[in-house]
This record gives sequence, structure tokens and C-alpha cells, in this order.
Amino acid sequence: MPLILQFDFMIRALAAGAIVGALGPVLGMFLVLRRFSLIADTLSHVALMGVAIGLATGVHPSLVALAAASAGAITIEYLSSRQRLPGDVTLAIVLYSSLAVAVVIISGARGFSVDLFSFLFGSILSVSELDLFLLAGLGIAVLVYVTVFFSELSQASFDPALARVTGVRVGWINLGLAILTGATITLSMRVVGVLLVGALLVIPVLAGERLVSGLRAALGVGVAVGVASAIIGLTVAFYKDLSAGGAIVLTSVVFLFVAQGYAVLRDRRRPFSTE
Amino acid sequence: MRNKGTPILEFRSVSYRYSGTVAVDDITLTMSAGDFMAVVGPNGSGKTTLIKLALGLLKPSGGRIRLFDHEPGDFLDWHRVGYVPQVAAGIQERFPATVAEIVAHGSYSGFAPLRFWKRTKTAEVMAALEAAGVAHLSDRRIGELSVGQQQRVLVARALVGEPHLLVLDEPAAGIDAAGEEALNDLLQRLNHEQGISVLIVSHDIGAVMRQANTVACINRSLVFHGQPHELTQNELGKLYGFPVEVLLHDALHEHR
Repeated sequence: MPLILQFDFMIRALAAGAIVGALGPVLGMFLVLRRFSLIADTLSHVALMGVAIGLATGVHPSLVALAAASAGAITIEYLSSRQRLPGDVTLAIVLYSSLAVAVVIISGARGFSVDLFSFLFGSILSVSELDLFLLAGLGIAVLVYVTVFFSELSQASFDPALARVTGVRVGWINLGLAILTGATITLSMRVVGVLLVGALLVIPVLAGERLVSGLRAALGVGVAVGVASAIIGLTVAFYKDLSAGGAIVLTSVVFLFVAQGYAVLRDRRRPFSTE
Repeated sequence: MRNKGTPILEFRSVSYRYSGTVAVDDITLTMSAGDFMAVVGPNGSGKTTLIKLALGLLKPSGGRIRLFDHEPGDFLDWHRVGYVPQVAAGIQERFPATVAEIVAHGSYSGFAPLRFWKRTKTAEVMAALEAAGVAHLSDRRIGELSVGQQQRVLVARALVGEPHLLVLDEPAAGIDAAGEEALNDLLQRLNHEQGISVLIVSHDIGAVMRQANTVACINRSLVFHGQPHELTQNELGKLYGFPVEVLLHDALHEHR
């Protein structure tokens, strides 16, 4: 048996990584298509604020982070729906105000910088069995939501006004997506950390979109890239003693470059791709 | 169509204001089943706002709208309406959906949990693509098509649900003369042969005059509502706010 599979903590890490690698692109696809990629980054900083509040008050930081990320997701959807505010402005406001709160709390209450570091950069090697169960449960919820509402989600990302006139409840669909995104980001923080969690939602999707046509096909390839990045990245990190989160994200970036290179060659061979 | 002549869209003294600006002012008009109605007016005259009000995408600040005898905001029978939005403004180039996937969205009829696992290229989808003349593009990505082709795909998307009313917002914007003529032919056939009511927004008065049986000229308020041949030079002048010569002069001035 290879060395990496001889440790329980690595098996848990690989399982958690694979789930996170699959979940990221499933949610991320619709966020990318809505040009809302940075919602992932924003919600991860909202979750960080939750962690800071949790650590400062002694309440379980992950729980507070989960509540904060859900509240953040609802706030963002409310502010940006029906053009109350432009999407990027909404994200900027929520990101910086929650980050500021986090920084103020952290600077005010010294003494938990070690715990905080594990949230900032991830600590996949300390994934517990409970974490794994939570991730698996969330994974099932996300898969069910996305497959059941696939048409609604696709339409809402293609053209929200057109979707509404087709009978899709765009506001509710996007709200569900945002809440699941908040939950996924909170639980994924353990694996790659606050700073990099957004990458898992965005980069595999971009790679998938370069490789195949069709929403379902792009989703499938995105998930494959996400899972492969997690497993390869973790393995490399284990043997070379590197940061797991960094290695996972760098692996997905390599996939993206390869996909882009392939797409350029493919499109060059085709005499005309547009008219 | 059955019930030809019954009102399907009614505006009663409808106004729409946003941040102090009046975009639509006290408009009253009626569209009946089987009508081919053109909404014309200069840029910024509130044509698109009128369409968005009719479809419940905007709420009127005053007055009352009935779409198939319902408030557009409470309307649920969206399969009766096929909407073709302005395409020129931009479909994302990278959007990975295929043409068939986009058209299949048009047959949406509410919650169906197993839809993800079903085929996209159904007979209905292919028939709609055929009718819009873009069946050969079914596997291409929507984002890599020309604007004219995207327009036709969105027409197919609107047709696949077999609507009673087709609403098109400036479908000719960004397409060439041949594409425009093909689209006009298609709309004419749908209206005459299948009895589909058509509501079309345009700033090209000449083109819609030949097709429409009802015209609504708006410039924030309603300038004219009736049959195209009743429209006079005088009303056209009023529509654009000044005589046509001045308009031409102005256009030249702008393009210099």
C-alpha cells in the first residue's frame, strides 16, 4: 500500500478533498456564468468574520462562520436582485465590511492567531470524522439541488429577465444557490483556507468550459478537474511537504492552462468558429 | 386562432417613472388575439420599458395592465408568451450552452425534478429550430454564433413552447438586411398561418408598416394607435418631436 494511504488522517483528507473538489465547480459553474465568480471570495471573508466572532466569544467558530456565510449570501442576493445595486458593487461592500469587522476583532482579542491561521490557510490534515460527515451531507444536498433545478439555474444565469418571463422564480433559485455556496465555502475552508477557497469554485469551471460545449458536459468536466486537482494536489503536498490548499489550487491552474492550450490548438484547426 | 379579436394585452393609463424621469406617460392601448402590433418610436421613447411593463419585468407607477386578463406580476401561464429579448447587447461569448440547450429552455413548464437526466434535443426543439431556420446550428455554442443567428435561436426558444403571443424587442438590431427580411417573413407566416399574435418593438417604421395590422407610436406618451395606413405625416412629425427634415439634418450632424 502506498505510504499516503497508510495514515487515517490522509484518507480523511483525500475524501474531504475529493468532495470539496466536486462541490466547488458544481456551484461555481452557475456563479461564473452569472459573472458572479467573486461571490465565493466575498463569502469566504464573511465566513472569516464568523470565525473571528466565534473565536472571540468562545462559540464554535465553524458554526458562527456557517451562520455568517448564509446571512452574507442572503444579503448579497437581496442587494443585487432587480438591480438594486450592481453585482460587483454589492460584493465589494459585503467583502470589505466583513473583512474589516474580522480584522478589528482579531486585533482586539489577541491570543488565537494559531487557530486563525488554520482557517486562513486550511488544515486539511486535521479534518475530523465529523467534518467529513458534514461535508458528505452537504455534498448530497448540493448535488440534489443542482440536478433538480438544473434548468432553472441555467436559465437564471443565461438571462434572468428571459427566465422570469419563462416562469422561473429567479430570485428563489439564486438565493438557494447562494446559501449552498455559503455553506460549501465554510466547510471547504478547512481544506484550502479562506484565502484560496474561491479558486476551487472558479478555476475548474473555466477549464471545463474551455474543453467541451454544453452545460451538462461542462459541469461534468469541471467536477472531474476539481476532484483530480484535489487528489493530485494533496498527494504532491504529502510527499513534498507543501501546503495542501496551495498545491490543490496550483494543480487546478495547471489544468486550466492545459485546457486553454488545447482550446487554442483546436480552434486554430477549425477554419471558422464564428461567422 | 380561436377567440380571434379578444383582448390579450391591455394598457389603461399606464405610467412608469424611475428616479424622477417619466419613461412612459399615461399610455392606453389594446392588443387583440391575432394582431400583429408594432410599437415604434425614437430612441429613448420608452418602447423597451413598455415591453418590460407588459411582461411584468417592471411594475407600473400608475395605471393598470392586463396580460391574458391577469396582472403581469401575478401571471403564471408563461407558456402562452414567447419573449425574444434584445440580443445585440450581448450573450456572453464564453457561455457553454449549446443552441439546443437554450431552445429547450423555452419548453420549461415548471418544476420537473428529473429534467436534468432527459434528452435536450427533442422533436419539439428540432422543429422550433427548423422553423427559425437554424436547425443546422443545434450543437454549436450559443456564444460563438453571429448576432443574427443568436436572434433566430432566441426566436426558436420562444416558439418551442407554442406561445399564443410572441413579443420581440428590436429583433432587427444588429442583423443585416437579408437576416432582417428572413425574420420578417418568419413572423408574417407565424401570424398568418398559425394565428400567433405578434408584438414587435422597432425603430424602423418602414419595415413594420408593411407587416403590422396595428401600430402604436410612442414617445413617452402615445402619439398614435391604429392601423398603419391611418398614420399621417403630421403624426410622424409629432412622434419624433420635429419635422422629418430636421431629423435627417440632425442624424447627419451626429454622424459627422
